[in-house]
Amino acid sequence: MAYQNIFTRVQVHGGPDLGMPQKPAFTVLGQRGSQTFDWHILGRFGDAQVGPFYLGWTGVLSLILGIFAFNIMGMNMLAQVNYDPVQFIRQLFWLSLDPPRPEYGLSFPPLNDGGWYMIAGFCLTASILLFWLRMYRRAIALGMGTHIAWAFAAAIWLYLVLGFFRPLAMGSWSEAVPFGIFPHLDWTTAFSLRYGNLFYNPFHALSIVFLYGSALLFAMHAGTILAVSRYGGEREIEQITDRGTASERAALFWRWTMGFNGTMESVHRWAWWFAVLTPITGGIGILLTGTVVDNWYLWAVKHGVAAQYPLVFPPVADPALAPGR
Amino acid sequence: MKIDLRLPILFGVLAVLTGLIALTFEAPYVTMSQWGYRGTGMAVVYNDKAIKASEVANLVPAAQDKVEKSGKKAREVYENVQVLGDLDENEFNRLMAAITEWVSPEQGCSYCHNEEGFAHDKMYQKVVARSMLKMTQDINANWTSHVKATGVTCYTCHRGNNVPANIWFNNEPGGSMAGVIPPKTIGQNTPVKSVAYSSLPYDYGTSFLENDAQIRVNSETALPGGNQTSLMRTEHTYGLMMHMSSSLGVNCTYCHNTRNISQRENNPPQWANAWHGIRMVRTMNTGYLNPLKPVYPATRLGALGDAPKLNCATCHNGAYKPLNGTSMIPDYPELAPATATKVSYLPLKTN
Repeated sequence: MAYQNIFTRVQVHGGPDLGMPQKPAFTVLGQRGSQTFDWHILGRFGDAQVGPFYLGWTGVLSLILGIFAFNIMGMNMLAQVNYDPVQFIRQLFWLSLDPPRPEYGLSFPPLNDGGWYMIAGFCLTASILLFWLRMYRRAIALGMGTHIAWAFAAAIWLYLVLGFFRPLAMGSWSEAVPFGIFPHLDWTTAFSLRYGNLFYNPFHALSIVFLYGSALLFAMHAGTILAVSRYGGEREIEQITDRGTASERAALFWRWTMGFNGTMESVHRWAWWFAVLTPITGGIGILLTGTVVDNWYLWAVKHGVAAQYPLVFPPVADPALAPGR
Repeated sequence: MKIDLRLPILFGVLAVLTGLIALTFEAPYVTMSQWGYRGTGMAVVYNDKAIKASEVANLVPAAQDKVEKSGKKAREVYENVQVLGDLDENEFNRLMAAITEWVSPEQGCSYCHNEEGFAHDKMYQKVVARSMLKMTQDINANWTSHVKATGVTCYTCHRGNNVPANIWFNNEPGGSMAGVIPPKTIGQNTPVKSVAYSSLPYDYGTSFLENDAQIRVNSETALPGGNQTSLMRTEHTYGLMMHMSSSLGVNCTYCHNTRNISQRENNPPQWANAWHGIRMVRTMNTGYLNPLKPVYPATRLGALGDAPKLNCATCHNGAYKPLNGTSMIPDYPELAPATATKVSYLPLKTN
């Protein structure tokens, strides 16, 4: 095969595809074509053309608030290492902008004691919500469905549960996740330790099923389409309305191997729902933790979920309960 | 012929990057042994090289030669012998020689004793040493719940150093990564050895090894019933646990049935032993180490002016049992009397 549709050196460069004109024109970078360009490297992975890039008021505000959030986090980390750039880089993975301490509850804390965290969190949340609005409006403008925006909303749901809904329900902003690379990972482990092992949280389990399922579906679908691209299988939309030999072969392959096949259309619904249900179920699991269930292991024992194993070690009495302590 | 070097260069760069990332991993090989019911992931994991290094680093020095009894007690021969006065004179001198070898092999006797008169209490080192002898006897006589029959000696902590290698001060990160200056006010989020290079709070000592803050964070019931422990509080406990893990060179499963970390039943018995160890360290810090604060010169104190304190690593030094579980008590039975004054834990008023 001389032509492959990924990692190819063959790139056809015509004039830029500028899409339909938008008003006012200044909200779009590259509207007039002069700022639009082809980048060879990108062409090896997808489309070589960069731009036009639609900003709009939602995009501009989202960008400004996002830059605010990013800089507040960065400047706080920089201040923690006394504005030493070398220390900033060396400790970057450890540094963090932490939420307020528990004693502040839901009140607004002093700036250097979680106040900057609240401001950064607000800017980041506003930025994300505006970006969502921008995706929604652009989809409408193009006459598309709004599936992408709703999938993004599912991820935003998990983000809001972690940083807004659950802290609100717990009555303390200190329950929110720190803005830092290792700190947010250690926070995650501490969360599981505090609430008696999150693996016994059924919504955590569902979320993992959908997460791993998403990866499996992605691999199955991508593998199928690449395997029948020699028969024009990557033209999926045409195959939906006018099923050709690519579709027939792919379908038969899966019926042969597992007795059932998705269709050119349904596989995308499978994939969308699996992806979207990952953060939706995960968010439910987080929201229930500490608010409705305080120890997931004991919850699982209570409901007969956790298996009981034979005792291996001799019984150890809790020394804290011993008399005369 | 022109050779296209782009692909070789690309692979070269990728190889270098892969090599750099590989360097950040622990060196092989690892030994895993089952430590609970099969299939539950209850296993203890050891890095073979680290275990070998730890074994060599925790060898016991040769004991001092045995001596004939002189028939006279130390207090009859020497002045101002407050702790070891009942010891035979020759055995007393033998122990002093051992302590010199353990604590001040370079400076010799003069590290603690004024050359003008050995009985003088002028040097702070001597006053500290007397307190440490009392502490050693207290531990060996009254804390067998933790040290069992193995016991401790000066060498368990000192290892030939004037000051043990692993001590801690209030609000100070223990063992920063080389070249790293920790953030001043945060109390966490910096690569320090005492929390196994995680981003967890490193001042767990003040909370749990000096004060008696609640370590347990889990609820005893499935549903919420008034347990207000915050995630930040949990991270403090987590920091202490990482300290214990790295001090002993073991993973969580050594003491915990990790499917439910707070589970009391079917925990390895080491869990209860560690419970007593925490209380022992706490009691020693408030009973012996903190009261020495006025005795020390300023150079021995922490940034907040507090006395140096001990933690799990002070004795364990990376081994699951200090000195790989070898007891030095048979050679120095005077350090483990059947009875000794017991210091009780006194909660601090401040903090």
